[in-house]
Amino acid sequence: MKEKIRIASGQGFWGDLLTAPRDQVTKGPVDYLVMDYLAEVTMSIMQKQKRKDPRQGYARDLVPLLEELLPILVEKGIRVITNGGGVNPVACRDAVFEVARKQGIHALSIGVVWGDDILERIGEFRRSGISLDNMETGQRLESILDRIVSANVYFGAWPIAEALNQGAQIVITGRTTDTGLTLAPMIHEFAWNRSDWDKLAAGTVAGHVLECGAQASGGNFSADWRSVPDLAHVGFPIAEAFPSGEIVITKHPGTGGMVSLQTVKEQLVYEIGNPREYITPDCTADFTSIHLEDAGEDRVKLIDIKGKGPTDSFKVSMSFLDGYTAVGTLTYAWPDALEKAKVADSILRERLRDLQLEFEEMRTEFIGVNACHGPIATTSGEHNEVMLRVGVRTKELGAAERFGKEIAPLILTGPPSVTGFAGGRPKPSEVISYWPALIPKSALAPKVTVEHL
Amino acid sequence: MRIRLGDIAHARSGDKGDTANIGVIARRREYYPLIEKYLTAPRVKQHFAGIAFGPVERFELPNLWALNFLLHEALGGGGTKSLKLDAQGKTLASAMLKMEFEITEEIAL
Repeated sequence: MKEKIRIASGQGFWGDLLTAPRDQVTKGPVDYLVMDYLAEVTMSIMQKQKRKDPRQGYARDLVPLLEELLPILVEKGIRVITNGGGVNPVACRDAVFEVARKQGIHALSIGVVWGDDILERIGEFRRSGISLDNMETGQRLESILDRIVSANVYFGAWPIAEALNQGAQIVITGRTTDTGLTLAPMIHEFAWNRSDWDKLAAGTVAGHVLECGAQASGGNFSADWRSVPDLAHVGFPIAEAFPSGEIVITKHPGTGGMVSLQTVKEQLVYEIGNPREYITPDCTADFTSIHLEDAGEDRVKLIDIKGKGPTDSFKVSMSFLDGYTAVGTLTYAWPDALEKAKVADSILRERLRDLQLEFEEMRTEFIGVNACHGPIATTSGEHNEVMLRVGVRTKELGAAERFGKEIAPLILTGPPSVTGFAGGRPKPSEVISYWPALIPKSALAPKVTVEHL
Repeated sequence: MRIRLGDIAHARSGDKGDTANIGVIARRREYYPLIEKYLTAPRVKQHFAGIAFGPVERFELPNLWALNFLLHEALGGGGTKSLKLDAQGKTLASAMLKMEFEITEEIAL
């Protein structure tokens, strides 16, 4: 058994710094590169792409990225784990095999974790008595049944660990918890058991620290942002994991950013609920048990982490079509910038009323004044410019489109010193709403397939 | 003495559906009892009146010198439904740090 492994975070979301994965595998030693690509809304976008083209439906950036990195990964024996397979991990694997062949690579094993996509199985589950009703609001699934775009079960670390056990150098998954990507190599390397709750919780906490990339190593750091060195070349976080469950968060020497008690704490409290009950498919971690120690420059040790068993359900993430939004902006300059923007807003509202357009919600924000902090924003002195931002939400596509045609006329028919309409008419966007549900773990099982080039 | 929360704490915020989470962390161990005492859920709910329309929940993490707040119905519906510029509540942490308190303790800042 290895005495420790190094797991490197390569992406915090789909759209993160493109140079980060390469830096992680070239600027110092790592054993695993983990990349999270899936936000809640991402699956619905991918499902739409797959409907148009059955070979799509995964994080397309992943293929050119792996094409670039494969020679390095193969040479150094670094393994990659990613949930970028989206709703089509098999097609993603095939695309990676294709670029590997182009590179002249002859030996490569890729594991796929699938079975999470239950879009075609909703009827089957409901006939067997699984309601899939909204776990937060209690609403019945019937109310959205004809509008569902995607439905995915969150799997955890175990199927990924299984793919690693079978020799996969790259593991591509569908909907997997972000934390499972980081926990899986620990289970695989250290042969942890399903009831090693404290160790599984430690790996889960490490995954939580890594899952948002540089947010753990100096990015978006509120305590003292000016003190963070060289964010231009920020080093993404690395978790050193030990068989005992001890974790050290660090980054490669010579990279920018920093890893400190404060940067790690800010990430630990990011997007959590009840800290005693951080529930994953693998375990329930207790964030109030984590003890942090300063372990030297850019090194923070996490110890004493406690966990208990998981629940007997998987979480299901569904998305459904829920109308349209459109957002328009115009910028008003000094003098009286805010007053002009307010008058423009009321003219716009009066014209929309005259047109008898129906909106579920219409929202006005004045960027530079109150968009971020609303009624508790502080303002001092005169504004040189104010951006008027008006958004509408409606079930009617036509109403959203017509709204978009009412913004530009304000330039010639409203208050003066106005600009900022170069982008053209606001286009309506589909609202994809999120529907969380639960499904008994006994109702389905993840599938693992490892294929060799 | 009067203090601003940002003097004794730092924070990060994010989203889960229409709920915003704000994690507030004391800058020093000795400041944790202060945030535990003064930064109560009702006080936070009052501060975010007009932003958070649902209940405010508070959880304690003394091991990290931290408090975690959940602000329900704070993101205009959340996700792609929200018409807010900051639909994910990323800037609510700094709005929290603006809070000011009259405290009976004397501390050196």
